[in-house]
Amino acid sequence: MTFDDIVAKPGQWLQGEGPHGKIVVSSRIRFARNLKDRPFPGWAKKAERLQILGEISDHVAAIPTMDDSFNASLADLPALQKQILVERHLVSREHASKSAGSAVVISHDQQLSIMINEEDHLRMQSLLPGLQLREAYKINNDADLFLEDRLPYAFHPDLGYLTACPTNVGTGLRASAMVHLPGLVLSEQINQIVNSVGKIGLAVRGLYGEGTEALGNLFQVSNQTTLGEAEEEIIDRLVKVIEQVIEHEQNARQTLLERRANMLLDQIGRAYGILGQARSIASKEALNLLSIVKLGADLGIFPEPTQLAVDELFMTTQPAHLQLGVKQEKLSPEERDTLRADLVRAKVKQIPEPNIAKVTTTTNGNGKKK
Amino acid sequence: MVCDVCKKSDATIYLTQIVEGKMQKVNLCEGCAKEKGVSDPTGFAMADLLLGLGATQQIERGQTSQRCPVCGFTQADFKKTGRLGCSACYDTFADGLANLLKGMHKGLKHTGKMPAKLSRRYAMADRVKSLETELHQAVQDEKYEDAARLRDEIQKLEHELQA
Repeated sequence: MTFDDIVAKPGQWLQGEGPHGKIVVSSRIRFARNLKDRPFPGWAKKAERLQILGEISDHVAAIPTMDDSFNASLADLPALQKQILVERHLVSREHASKSAGSAVVISHDQQLSIMINEEDHLRMQSLLPGLQLREAYKINNDADLFLEDRLPYAFHPDLGYLTACPTNVGTGLRASAMVHLPGLVLSEQINQIVNSVGKIGLAVRGLYGEGTEALGNLFQVSNQTTLGEAEEEIIDRLVKVIEQVIEHEQNARQTLLERRANMLLDQIGRAYGILGQARSIASKEALNLLSIVKLGADLGIFPEPTQLAVDELFMTTQPAHLQLGVKQEKLSPEERDTLRADLVRAKVKQIPEPNIAKVTTTTNGNGKKK
Repeated sequence: MVCDVCKKSDATIYLTQIVEGKMQKVNLCEGCAKEKGVSDPTGFAMADLLLGLGATQQIERGQTSQRCPVCGFTQADFKKTGRLGCSACYDTFADGLANLLKGMHKGLKHTGKMPAKLSRRYAMADRVKSLETELHQAVQDEKYEDAARLRDEIQKLEHELQA
């Protein structure tokens, strides 16, 4: 598979809806693994990194799910392509900054991506749409079982899988879900949720943006600890918490519809209006307004395919994706904002005006009232 | 307020994270925040950041000038990077790490999956241990035929373990 194939066909998590797809955008499982008694990538000299890469890469390419995979050395990937892979969540930001001695292998369906010599010798991650953490775990685990027979993993009877950073030792597992929570943000309940999830050892952070600001009302919920709990326990606990977050978000949306329908419809209408008319729009504003249109689609105010169009814009309006579409050397931020507005306008023009009648029927009609 | 990392510039970024009911606070200046990856929330965990601060002092308390025999890593390197040098460092710096891990994780014993190869080995090693106890008992009871059989079985297992 070539890089163009990846560009032409985004991963399933961006295309199809998974379980609880209206609120849970995607589920991700990541394993960290290392070779025994070999320097970790951050400590290894270039020659050692290259040697370790050589020992690992053939085995990774031989994993059954890696048939017809995309396989690239970070030294050979142009900066723009690296950035595209980051925006597609196929490669971590840290990995994108690597060059000789690091590589990435991405499965044909883009569900499994294996980074070689990231912070650890092996970082395997699987990504699925909706809430499918257990399914994603299985994809990762199958690859892990294949590799553990062929590579001498660093494993300690008490500490489990040994990792470069002590925060990952044990299972080496990071399970996370990307959730879209406009209802909780609009009803100002989000801080409460973030705090209570934090209290039980899980982390919630904004997906884009700096610090605690969450652009596009997108949050990532993940486990914080990796030692002292089995993989299944970590995932079960996370799934339970996410199911509660989903319920809170649904309630928040319902309550907004019942008590503050005018405010909600105003927000949705304005978002639709601005996106449909803007001639220049920064990434931050675009993400936030797209999130509100997505909420409108979830509530039935816009027809079905709107969610997909919005999800696609979340990705295609990011800097590297904008740059990819033009021949020009390097776009200035102003040029990017103009291009972004053009792209968004064209898509939003295809979405019919908000249909408020749809809302009133769903709130009064089907006994969903609390 | 002064930045907790460089202890020079004014802190402008205040982070609070609650893990298991314990509150952790870090104050950073803009430069250090960028360097520590705070601007990229997807790749950032508070614990990683804390590793560069108080946590490294815990490792120091455990060892003074130890060097990992496998990769040559020292605790000074850990202080700089917050990462270890190789898997053997977990044994080299075991004392200091135990404190660090205690504050970071749910427990200190891995209870999850392990490579099948290793789990077979561990099972075999356990079997050898219990056979040795039996052998000891057999000798004491002067059951020499049993003892001879046990000795052969142990030798066979140990041979397999070495393979």
